[in-house]
Amino acid sequence: MSNLPAELKYTKDHEWARLEGRVCVVGITTFAQDQLGDVVFLELPKVGTVVKKGDAFGVVESTKAVSELFAPVSGKVVEINQELVDAPDAINSDPYEDGWMVQIEMSEAKEAGELLDAPAYEKYLAEQAH
Amino acid sequence: MGDKTPLYESHVALGGRMVDFAGWQMPVQYSGVIEEHEAVRSRVGIFDVSHMGEIIFEGPGALETLNLLVTNDLARCENGQAQYSALLNDDGGIIDDIVVYRFSATRLLVCVNASGRQKDFAAFSARAKCRQESDDWAQIAVQGPLAAELVGSLADSDVAGIGTYRFAEGKIHGIPCIVARTGYTGEDGFELFCRPDNAPKLWDLLLTRGRPYGILPCGLGARDSLRLEMAYRLYGNDMDDRVTPLEAGLGWIVKLDKPDFVGKRALVAQKTAGLKRKLAGFKLTGRGIARHGYPVLQGNVRVGEVTSGTFSPTLKEPIGLAYLPNALAEPDTEFQVEIRGKPIDAVVVPTPFLTREP
Repeated sequence: MSNLPAELKYTKDHEWARLEGRVCVVGITTFAQDQLGDVVFLELPKVGTVVKKGDAFGVVESTKAVSELFAPVSGKVVEINQELVDAPDAINSDPYEDGWMVQIEMSEAKEAGELLDAPAYEKYLAEQAH
Repeated sequence: MGDKTPLYESHVALGGRMVDFAGWQMPVQYSGVIEEHEAVRSRVGIFDVSHMGEIIFEGPGALETLNLLVTNDLARCENGQAQYSALLNDDGGIIDDIVVYRFSATRLLVCVNASGRQKDFAAFSARAKCRQESDDWAQIAVQGPLAAELVGSLADSDVAGIGTYRFAEGKIHGIPCIVARTGYTGEDGFELFCRPDNAPKLWDLLLTRGRPYGILPCGLGARDSLRLEMAYRLYGNDMDDRVTPLEAGLGWIVKLDKPDFVGKRALVAQKTAGLKRKLAGFKLTGRGIARHGYPVLQGNVRVGEVTSGTFSPTLKEPIGLAYLPNALAEPDTEFQVEIRGKPIDAVVVPTPFLTREP
């Protein structure tokens, strides 16, 4: 089964979220990058952009497919991974560490509790497979 | 669910990710598009292309009959030679792009796209006698700089001596095949036509014996990026029955000096009037990847459309093909591609994108 670090939270859009106080670090899951295939392009918002939970905040493209990135929480983008924009293949090789995309300063603290934990996301993946 | 080639089980066993392509369940990738692409550019890869169709013209007058239905000139094709050509409608629109294999003037095999199996046969049959053999053949493409060494080591005859775009009937490890030095990747290589029953055996043999050469099974994803680096047109993407071969940049397979062929009158008229649009290669100079159907802009005016686009694994930059007004279809012309509502800078470049030392 997919590699799902227990300390992370997940969404049904296959993003992961690492909560560090008020800041939420966001990337895409092993499952998502495997479905996409070789990632060759990443578009991220500018620092300072305000996003709402569920909004498309960026785009990731593989050799064959285009996929939008959805904000797991509402807030302001306070940092983006510029190195990843320049070399997006780290999304395939290291989705949970070097593959982080943006850091969002949360405006709605309660949204953190609405994210899936690893077992719940794993169950969701299993359901989708059937 | 779609049709399955004789190699369907092999693809699934190898972990191929199956997708629908022109009604066929085909592997889009196994290990990864870029890895497979690089295997073909630097070593060797194999592709299942059994979804392609085969139509046979046979008997007295076969060559003359077929020559009236296609754009290229079979009189200039020798026995044992393959010729890239096109089948047009009366308006000059492309019904399909094809490869004709000339065994002799009385026996020719036409290789058609998967989407052309029924449609091409109907178009041919309306005007001539021919035979549908699409279900009687499997095809495996062996492509890459080491393809000749690999196939040569398995063949019961001299396949390395088969020239480019030539073919011979032979045996690969005892399996009867048409061994054609053709392909769709820009690399040296072969397309092996065999009976469907023999396809899994041939596929496994190539993979096993190809291991020391670093062979990889390759899917449609790599096939697409390889062909696009060479600016080879893909039917359904870069051309259809609403464009002529002149517009598609395939004038070199149109022989207007032939006495006649279906669509000739329309092409002559178009040539006399002058082309309005032309397929051109481009690179994006801004950030992004152009995809099929994205609008082409110049000064905020829509002037054309992207027909193919990808990130070139070899050149490591975004490339594509687009229909442009004739006046813009010249190298160094700048324009924009609209990507998700934003104009991204692009420039016309000569094709093929990938140029090799001879």
